[in-house]
Amino acid sequence: MSTVASGGGVGPYLDVRDLRVEFPTEDGLVRACDGVSFSVERGRTLAIVGESGSGKSVTSMAIMGLHNRKTARISGQVILEGEDLIALSDDDVRALRGNKMSMIFQDPLSSLHPFYTISKQLVEAVQVHQAVSKDAARSQAVEMLHKVGIPNPERRIDDYPHQLSGGMRQRVMIAMALMNSPALLIADEPTTALDVTVQAQILQLLKDLQTEFNTAILIITHDLGVVADVADEVVVMYGGRVVEHGDVQTIYHHPEMPYTLGLLASMPRLDKLRADRLDPIPGLPPSLIRLPQGCVFRPRCTYSDRVPDHRCDTERPELLTSGTGHEVRCHLPAEERRAIAAERLGTSVGESA
Amino acid sequence: MTGYVVRRLISMLLMLLLLTLVVFLLFSVLPGDPARLTCGKACSPSIIEANRHKLGLDLPVWQQYWEFLKGIFVGRTYGSGTATFNCDAPCLGYSFKRNEDVTSILKTAFPPTFWLAVGAFILWIVTGVTLGIFAALRRGKWQDKTIMGIALVGYSLPSFFIGLLLLFTVVLKWQLLPYPNYVSPFQDPYAFFTSMILPWIVLAILYAAFYMRLTRNQMLDTLGEDYIRTARAKGLPERVVIRKHGLRAGLTPIVTAAGLDLAGLLGGAIITESIFNLPGLGALAVDSVTDSDLPVIVGITLVTATFIIVANLIVDLLYAVIDPRVRLV
Repeated sequence: MSTVASGGGVGPYLDVRDLRVEFPTEDGLVRACDGVSFSVERGRTLAIVGESGSGKSVTSMAIMGLHNRKTARISGQVILEGEDLIALSDDDVRALRGNKMSMIFQDPLSSLHPFYTISKQLVEAVQVHQAVSKDAARSQAVEMLHKVGIPNPERRIDDYPHQLSGGMRQRVMIAMALMNSPALLIADEPTTALDVTVQAQILQLLKDLQTEFNTAILIITHDLGVVADVADEVVVMYGGRVVEHGDVQTIYHHPEMPYTLGLLASMPRLDKLRADRLDPIPGLPPSLIRLPQGCVFRPRCTYSDRVPDHRCDTERPELLTSGTGHEVRCHLPAEERRAIAAERLGTSVGESA
Repeated sequence: MTGYVVRRLISMLLMLLLLTLVVFLLFSVLPGDPARLTCGKACSPSIIEANRHKLGLDLPVWQQYWEFLKGIFVGRTYGSGTATFNCDAPCLGYSFKRNEDVTSILKTAFPPTFWLAVGAFILWIVTGVTLGIFAALRRGKWQDKTIMGIALVGYSLPSFFIGLLLLFTVVLKWQLLPYPNYVSPFQDPYAFFTSMILPWIVLAILYAAFYMRLTRNQMLDTLGEDYIRTARAKGLPERVVIRKHGLRAGLTPIVTAAGLDLAGLLGGAIITESIFNLPGLGALAVDSVTDSDLPVIVGITLVTATFIIVANLIVDLLYAVIDPRVRLV
């Protein structure tokens, strides 16, 4: 376990240890999240990055206790403020949801109930956890809508979700998540469904609110631009496992896992020549039911022949420390990985925009 | 909203007008001579011709149609001299077979159909929707499988089979109920109830089976929605998630289906009425078809169509009340 920096010296607020989420299906056991560990402190942001099907959303849903325990097998520890959520009863976790920890989702239109006004949905979020009157809850809601930048909150609060724009809806979602001042905010692809200009506003809003409430933020995304913008620390997931973990500078400038390199190389950048084509990762993410033998990334990796004895085909690499607060899951020798990264990313890698 | 309703009402009237035209033309091109059907086997050509003239069947089709339309709004008079018959507005025609104007015939046949439809409706909505919700909440478990099995059986068994089976067992063999013989509920509520209960069950089984499946699927779709996940993420207890967030959205489409199904049934449940000898619109339709009693068939078609069109309008208006996203413009 590596903690990169200490945000106020209080220790990790959320500590996920060896989290496993498995879904037994007719086709076999889906190992959606296989031994994932990381931690987030208050006031800091951890980004989980990966392709669709890499297990990042499953991980976040497991932290929130949103998996049906009858259909999902969950093991490991999710320690929130010293309390292991996996060991708690469903109802005890429910009491924490929306209270100590909150979540915002990808598509704000489908995530808000179409038949109820914003007011109803926000008041409900307050009254579930606080014994306050409807009027008090409503004025709290108006105040929060004002904070997240909704103009005329006294009037807009009586609107239905479909009457708001996409950006406004996501602001409402954020307001709903923050109604009970949670210390942990999980944002699952919070900007994916939004325009680029609105994306930037929402990310700025999250950063501002983080400063104000000293929230620990866990952001799930496949957008490396978002990561560069908000994250302090990055976890790269592939095939349900953490393949690289480090602070944001390390991941962007000195990545070592070939998968992370592939992600960075497939991202369009303004500081590169237009002639340099994007370099996608060949192949598709693996099936979580039948993972490849050896390294899970092996079938898509172009460097596995540099590893002696075909270890990539036979042996699962461990997540090993490669530097201060930097963990990599790869059989390649560290010097070789660094050489490859330097060659792939070139020398012109600057601060990413 | 008012503008919407006015426009819908106008288009409704146009639709009904078009419907009368189609039905009328359809029957005018059908083989068979309505005038020949007005008297029995021993009928002289002169009587047929006289009746033809009395019924206005010697006029060109468009003129007959015009008389028919006029009759609906102002009434009409058949025949002349001593053999006249006044058919008051709304006059839907005159049945020589029954020697009665169609409007009166329909008025007599409507109450049994109405009570049958309403009783069965309550029964199937209560059982179908409740069991459907329950199955959805127990998805994949034995309760779900049992309910869906029942629904499949109920849906597969034709109502004439269930109807005859119930008649044979409950009425004839075990003699738990008297043979159904319709009386008005205002006349004899007990007899009314005992004679209606079997028809209600038979009719409700078919629809309840359909509503179980419909409700279950709607609920499962809704419970998989993102906003249900949001409700859980807020920390709402599961029963609130289901009651407040799930049911409201999941049951909305049921309203549409229920409104239209009820309206369709008000036009008569042909098989159930025939089996249980209920003198309703469905049984009347069967009799009129076997008798080639065209005016009555036209009348039933028009009334049934009116119910469905009106129900459509009501359902649409109701939808705007239930679902805030629906704006009626």
